[in-house]
Amino acid sequence: MSSLDSKIPNGPIEKKWTDHKNHMKLVAPNNRPKIDVIVIGTGLAGASTAASLGEMGYNVKSFCFQDSPRRAHSIAAQGGINASKNYQNDGDSTYRLFYDTIKGGDYRSREANVYRLAEVSTNIIDQCVAQGVPFAREYGGLLDNRSFGGVQVRRTFYAAGQTGQQLLLGAYSALSRQIGLGRVKMYNRHEMMDVVKVDGKARGIIARNLVTGEIERHSAHAVVIASGGYGNVYFLSTNAMGSNVSAAWKIHKRGAHFANPCYVQIHPTCIPVHGTNQSKLTLMSESLRNSGRIWVPKKKEDAVAIREGKMQPTDIAEENRDYYLERRYPAFGNLVPRDVASRAAKERCDEGYGIEANNTNEGVYLDFASEIRSKGKQVAYAKGDHDPSDEKIIKLGKEWIEEKYGNLFQMYQQITDQNPYETPMKIYPAVHYTMGGVWVDYNLQSTIPGCFVAGEANFSDHGANRLGASALMQGLADGYFVLPYTIANYLANDIRTGSIPTDTKEFDEAEAEVKSSIDNLLAVQGSKSVDSFHKKLGLIMWNKVGMSRSEAGLKDAISELRTLREDFYKDVFIPGTANEMNAELEKALRVADLLELGQLMALDSLNRDESCGGHFREEYQDKEGETLRDDENFKYVAAWEYKDRDAKNSVLHKEELVYESIKIAERNYK
Amino acid sequence: MASKFINITLKVWRQKSAGTKGNLETYKLDKVSTDSSFLEMLDQLNEQLIQAKKEPVAFDHDCREGICGSCSLYINGRAHGPQKHTTTCQLHMRSFKDGDTIYIEPWRSKAFPIIKDLVVDRSAFDRIQQSGGFVSVNTSGNTMDANAIPIPKADADSAFEAAACIGCGACVASCKNSSAMLFVGAKVSQYSLLPQGQVESKDRVQNMVRQMDEEGFGNCTNTGACEIECPKGISLENIARMNREFLKSNLSSEK
Repeated sequence: MSSLDSKIPNGPIEKKWTDHKNHMKLVAPNNRPKIDVIVIGTGLAGASTAASLGEMGYNVKSFCFQDSPRRAHSIAAQGGINASKNYQNDGDSTYRLFYDTIKGGDYRSREANVYRLAEVSTNIIDQCVAQGVPFAREYGGLLDNRSFGGVQVRRTFYAAGQTGQQLLLGAYSALSRQIGLGRVKMYNRHEMMDVVKVDGKARGIIARNLVTGEIERHSAHAVVIASGGYGNVYFLSTNAMGSNVSAAWKIHKRGAHFANPCYVQIHPTCIPVHGTNQSKLTLMSESLRNSGRIWVPKKKEDAVAIREGKMQPTDIAEENRDYYLERRYPAFGNLVPRDVASRAAKERCDEGYGIEANNTNEGVYLDFASEIRSKGKQVAYAKGDHDPSDEKIIKLGKEWIEEKYGNLFQMYQQITDQNPYETPMKIYPAVHYTMGGVWVDYNLQSTIPGCFVAGEANFSDHGANRLGASALMQGLADGYFVLPYTIANYLANDIRTGSIPTDTKEFDEAEAEVKSSIDNLLAVQGSKSVDSFHKKLGLIMWNKVGMSRSEAGLKDAISELRTLREDFYKDVFIPGTANEMNAELEKALRVADLLELGQLMALDSLNRDESCGGHFREEYQDKEGETLRDDENFKYVAAWEYKDRDAKNSVLHKEELVYESIKIAERNYK
Repeated sequence: MASKFINITLKVWRQKSAGTKGNLETYKLDKVSTDSSFLEMLDQLNEQLIQAKKEPVAFDHDCREGICGSCSLYINGRAHGPQKHTTTCQLHMRSFKDGDTIYIEPWRSKAFPIIKDLVVDRSAFDRIQQSGGFVSVNTSGNTMDANAIPIPKADADSAFEAAACIGCGACVASCKNSSAMLFVGAKVSQYSLLPQGQVESKDRVQNMVRQMDEEGFGNCTNTGACEIECPKGISLENIARMNREFLKSNLSSEK
């Protein structure tokens, strides 16, 4: 066990980033075209990195596995992006955004990184508006804001329920401009298979062309991994089907430490599970908690009647409803952070109050009836009608809801065949985001020199729980405003290096390894599909490394995952060949990595003998079921070093978290 | 959600690669849950094929929540199937009946060549975007404050509605001319409705239209199929707006 150097600059927190920028090395404009950078992934972090580096004049090669960079899963983010603009005059500031994020993360994130994030948040909004991102506006023409969980100000900028789409298309437009100008070379339908190290530094990648199956070598002076999170280890999640951990896992296997893998965000408002052929879960944006009230019946017999279809939610009188978040957390009500809201839903369902007629009865209501009435009345008044009829109030209220959340309501109806304007939505927590990821220092560099990691793929900003509307902020902060500086500082030593040749021993070896791993998988010719293994992996993870974890369950998970992995290499069946488009092979290569990661997540959960944020160990809770942190023993980042396929051999390195600007306290939303 | 099960027959376009000849294959699929999405139904078909040691059907898909634009498919002769304002991934099997035969084909357009089975190459859309679908603003922490230029709410809302295009290509696939005017019109509209897009408006529309023609997309004859089949309800008004922008730039451009 050793300690890690986070390279946090000295000085007061509000000056660290400025001072650091002032003292970093630069690469002169005439030298930048001599330097190549590879960027993996084209989500908010990847696209903004590639676009910014292209604009600066570097030679950029950008890779995505989708058919277009515009498809990256940032596109599905719904609710919004935070920035401490204080346009609403409600007391927001850089410090407050910083504080909310640290507290929201249950005091398990790195202060200096979070402060920098809050500091550049306002630049992101300016940049996006300049790019033509059509954020929602007020009638006066200025930008509108909404509120998100875990905060008491309105700082979230949005574009209906499609904020991620609009921001990603903004970053995609900036990337497209650079591709058109020839400064970024785009590789669609390519998957990174490995990173290539020369003299210990990241100097390129091996990629697979997903159309032809060809294995390609690409060299560069630095490699940026912006490949997203690992939520798909649970099979059912709000991630896209193609979202995977492989790029991050490959660099982990080559020496990049993987930090806090146990920190997973279970999002409270998703559409409940409905059947065994289900392939994914769909999020209903947290922004809905601005307008919806969450409840279950107060009486168990009512919950049973609803599940049996003998009663409708609208039949239950107000006094027989348990608005459990408002009851337990009056200060934040329905807008408590995600981990808190999710656990509270699980607690009610475990007690038998769940309302969904699926195998587990897991579901609660998200009800818009009171908001429809109150907003309808407001709109009528604004239109000069001070005595509106009930009918008119409801009609105007529904129109107001449609303008704010129309696409979400439509999506809900398409999936469930129920009309949420008339009956409450049914929701339940689902895997959404992963706070853990590749360990990086303040410069976003991993433990492999020259290999940088951005966005959800790194671990750095959200601690044990991410606040809503902060993922988009982090992705763009890393790509637009952090990496362009910190990469230059690294690349300044490479202006005389010249282009990196790919006909070397290092590339030969990496390519040979990739080819043999593909051949080995294809050669198994077993009896079970890749999906069947992925589903089994997901069930183990959800039941034992999910919302609630115990020592015994985690130990079971570690050994069950070992058995499952061994079975995978003995019995998986992949049709087709390596030299063609082969979706089953792509999936198999990703599942192979997820199987290893799952075990490390269980190991990390087992190591962390405390509850914090999204990591809830049953042994560590108070009598009201709230998390019990252990700051004395676990105020550190757990960064794991890879040894071999079995996670039990991974080596733990610690980065102590030092709080100089914020007084560490119990996290209280009551 | 009252779940029930149906048995269906599928006629699926199978084509090994771009250069080979394709054909419709027939598959029987039993016990399909009506709560499944259309793509989950295809997952079920693929699982059945894999169990029989046959090659599964290749199709593009990713987010499965109607926003990434990856999924496509011509279903019973309609882009994204029978339901209005719905992508294939959001189409559910409750839209079909027990005993139905369902035809599944790829997008058909010269500008979208087939790669394999139901997968087509839509990179022409990327190249149109690269020709002008952006505001030329470099990354900097010093652009003007986001609220420096107020934008009328109606303009911001219209720009957003145009920008909601997911780039799936249904407009092209459902057009008898394989025209990409709805896609390009939506992008041109987004920028022409916002003050930030004004500076480059002439060059943008000229460059994007030129690239669109070079890619081999057809012309618009105002049939309106694109608007009807667009899963995001992108309006024909965007084509009209692009035409106005194009004419305006022809009249006043120095080029």
